[in-house]
Formats: sequence, structure tokens, C-alpha cells
Amino acid sequence: MSRAAAVRVRLRVDPVACDAFGYCAELLPERVTLDEWGYPVIDGRPIGPHLLELATRAAAECPRRALHLERTAGAA
Amino acid sequence: MTTTTMQRTERLLRSDPDGPADPGLDTHLALHGPLAVPPRDDRDWSHAVWREVAASGLTGRGGGGFPAAAKWDAVTRSGRRPVVVVNAMEGEPASAKDRALLAWSPHLVLDGAEVAAALSGAREIVFCVADDRDPTERAVERALAERVRAGRGRPVSVVRPPARYVTGEESALVSWLERRDARPVLRVDKSVPLQVGRRPVLVHNAETLAQVALIARHGSTWFRGLGTPEAPGTTLVTVSGAVMSPGVVEVELGIPVGDLVARAEPTGPVGGILLGGYGGAWLDPSASAVPFAPAPLSRAGATLGVGIVVVLPTSSCGIAETARITRYMAGESAGQCGPCVYGLPAVADDLELLAAGRGDAAVLTRIEQRCGAVTGRGACRHPDGVVRLVRSALGVFADDARDHAAGRPCAGHAAPTVLQFPVARPALRGAA
Repeated sequence: MSRAAAVRVRLRVDPVACDAFGYCAELLPERVTLDEWGYPVIDGRPIGPHLLELATRAAAECPRRALHLERTAGAA
Repeated sequence: MTTTTMQRTERLLRSDPDGPADPGLDTHLALHGPLAVPPRDDRDWSHAVWREVAASGLTGRGGGGFPAAAKWDAVTRSGRRPVVVVNAMEGEPASAKDRALLAWSPHLVLDGAEVAAALSGAREIVFCVADDRDPTERAVERALAERVRAGRGRPVSVVRPPARYVTGEESALVSWLERRDARPVLRVDKSVPLQVGRRPVLVHNAETLAQVALIARHGSTWFRGLGTPEAPGTTLVTVSGAVMSPGVVEVELGIPVGDLVARAEPTGPVGGILLGGYGGAWLDPSASAVPFAPAPLSRAGATLGVGIVVVLPTSSCGIAETARITRYMAGESAGQCGPCVYGLPAVADDLELLAAGRGDAAVLTRIEQRCGAVTGRGACRHPDGVVRLVRSALGVFADDARDHAAGRPCAGHAAPTVLQFPVARPALRGAA
């Protein structure tokens, strides 16, 4: 086990910027579902290495730039 | 009569029975004593007063309940001279306490703003009064003119943001001061102060500043002489609804909610007590022994909010009143976040059907699901407050809700509302 502090990555949506395009839920259904109005509901668990590439792409593809990857220091 | 017990706790609303009852500067100083605020930065003075405010345990009286001293910490850490913003917007329809305070004692609020400015190194004070509150603006301007004549204080500018529910939210207020629309801003890290230009902003509710003015005079031990150790001091409360004596009172924090209700003399049996405001919560009258203080109210599923108590008579319908509030609050959304824009009207639709006894079999489940779907998903807490209110209604009025859902609405559902709703809806546009 590593004793060094690892960086945790979580998804965060900016609800003001979000316009319910829904691409995030298509690109990352593992962490994003849509509510009945089409707005993303984010699963707040950390994004593991296996999902990092998809999450990065989901954030990059958002037409409103409303999806963000947040990096916080946390225990490994 | 209860007047003697009430006067004992009056600090902000203090009066001298033998003296004049005008809100002028001389009367104010005679009543509360002198207050010398250094005109320029004075570290010793600031340190001493800051210590007293921190030790007093004063929390914000604008609904957030954040410790006042901690706000200064965050602003002074930034190293730039801040702007002090007095928030007297009072957008909560059931609240009249800031208006009452400013009519009664405008100098106390201005003293507090002066202290906050001196403590934080601010040279400018902006006083926000909603654009439908001309009497309040006149009271503030009169008091300011007196202070200018007496050579007191830093420059204060009075501004008039649109009178809407959300414009008093501090990030919305700061947006408006920045000439943007008066809409809340998403704040990922709330310890980062809001800014006007490149200057950090110290936003305080009017009542909070009046309390600061008293702490600066009399100290933290005096302040803690009333209230409870966890919730020290007094607070202003607006009591309305089915009572003989509605109005603004000043009470010790921690008194039983039932005392507050009893003092206002209910017109008949009480069916529910709305606490905190339209984004607050209903309290069952059987739970009215709960102390009027943040932590006990929160444990009871309610909130102190901005010090609001609305008494609902048993002849009214809690579901119908909640439907009205939800519809109003849906219309007061800043219109930025989808879950608030679509969720609140959807909940209001179902509550209206439920109130009329015309809901389908799934109406209660759907309301609860949508409450869950909306919670925590706005940039501000507007939707969360509505959800708390709706959930509390379905709890406190659970039996009634079941009857309504079964197509048997109570007789009170058609009764006129005991609540107040503003008619005008000025645009959230920024300053010209």
C-alpha cells in the first residue's frame, strides 16, 4: 500500500451552465444519469483510473463546459 | 400581560419610557451610550473588538447563521481592503424584522456597519434596501444625514436592488452590485470571499450589524447574559398568521417556540407553526416546547431561518398553504438551474392537485421523489429550502395529506390564505 497522498478525481456539474444536452450521461453512464428533465445527476464517488479517460472526455465534450473534473488530495 | 417579560429582553428594540421615542442620533446615543469607532486603521482597537465579537458567539441573523467573526477572518485573509455591504433586502415575504429595526433604530445598524468597516479595514459601506421599501430608505437616509452633520463615519451609499426573494442571497446581491443580474452564483468554495471589482465583500444582515454595535459597546459577557451557551443573545422574530398581536418582537434565543406563539395570542386552536420562512419548515404544535435556537430546531426538522413564526389555525389547510408557498417559491427561482426551474413547478402542480383532492394514486410518491431529485442541485439553496418545507408539510400534516390523496380534502383547503405574497415581480436585471 502506498503511504503517499493520492489525488482523487470527482465529477462536478455547474448547474448554472448546464443546459441538459445530456452528452455526459451518454459518455459516462457509469457515473452520470439524467433526471426526468434531462439534467445530469452525478454519482459523487471518486473516478477510478479505469474511468478517467472517459470522464475527461465527457467533460471536454460538454457543449456548455458545465462538467468539471475536480482533483482533491485524499488518502490512497 | 406579557409586556414586562418582553421588555426585559429588548436590546435592539430598547426604548426609554421617560425619554423621547424618535430614532434620532441624540436619542440613540443617550439610550445605547457612546461608541467611538476609529476613523482610520487602528490595530489595537480592531483586535479588542474582534475578540469580543468572536467571544460573543454572534451568528448571522440573515438566515445563514454563520459566525460573524469568521466572515471577517475570510475577508481579512485576502489582504485587500474590503467593501462592507449591509443586507437589508429582507426578501422573505413573512419577515418584517429588518424594516422594523431600521424604522426603530437605524443608527444601531449604521454603528454596526461602521464597526465592521473599521475591523476589516473597509473605507466604504454599501447599504442595500429593496426597491419597494421607500420608508426604509428614507429612515436610513435621514440617519445618514444626521451622522454626516455630526461628522461621524465612513461614506455610506444606499442602493436599491430589485425586491425579489433571491436578490437578498449574498452572491446574488454582489452580482447586482457588479452590474450583473441579481442572480446567485455557484460558489464551490464558500471560504473564498465574494468580490466587487477586485475587492472582497463583507456582507452582513442589518440585524447582525446592530448586534455587533451592541457587542462593541457592552462586550461579549453582556451579550451572553441572554440566550443559551450554544445560541447566545437575542434575536428579532416576525410573528404573523392567526394571531391577535402580529408583529416583530425581540426574544432571547432558546425560549420555547410555544411561548413565542402564546405571546402573539392565537385567535384559536393552532394547527401548525411555520418556522424560518417560505424556505423553512412546519412544526407540529405538539412539539412547540422546542427551544427557538438553531440546533434544537434543526433536530426537530425545522429551522430558525430569518426568525419567522407564522401561526396556522386548525381551520386552515397546511397542504393548501404549502402548495401556495411552493408555487410562489417556484416563481421566485432565479431561473438558472434546471432542477429548480423544472422541479419546483412540478412539485407545486402536484401539491395543488393534492390540496384540491384531485391527485392520482401516485401523487404523494411523486412529490417525495421530486423533492429528492431537486435537493442539493441548485447553485444556491433556494430549491433545498422549498424541499424542506414540502417534506415538513407531508410530515406534520401527514394524516390530512393521506385524506387529500384519497380524494377527501379537508374543509380548510378552500379557506383564504393566512400567508402574504408579494404581487410585484421586478426583473432581476443588474444596475444601469
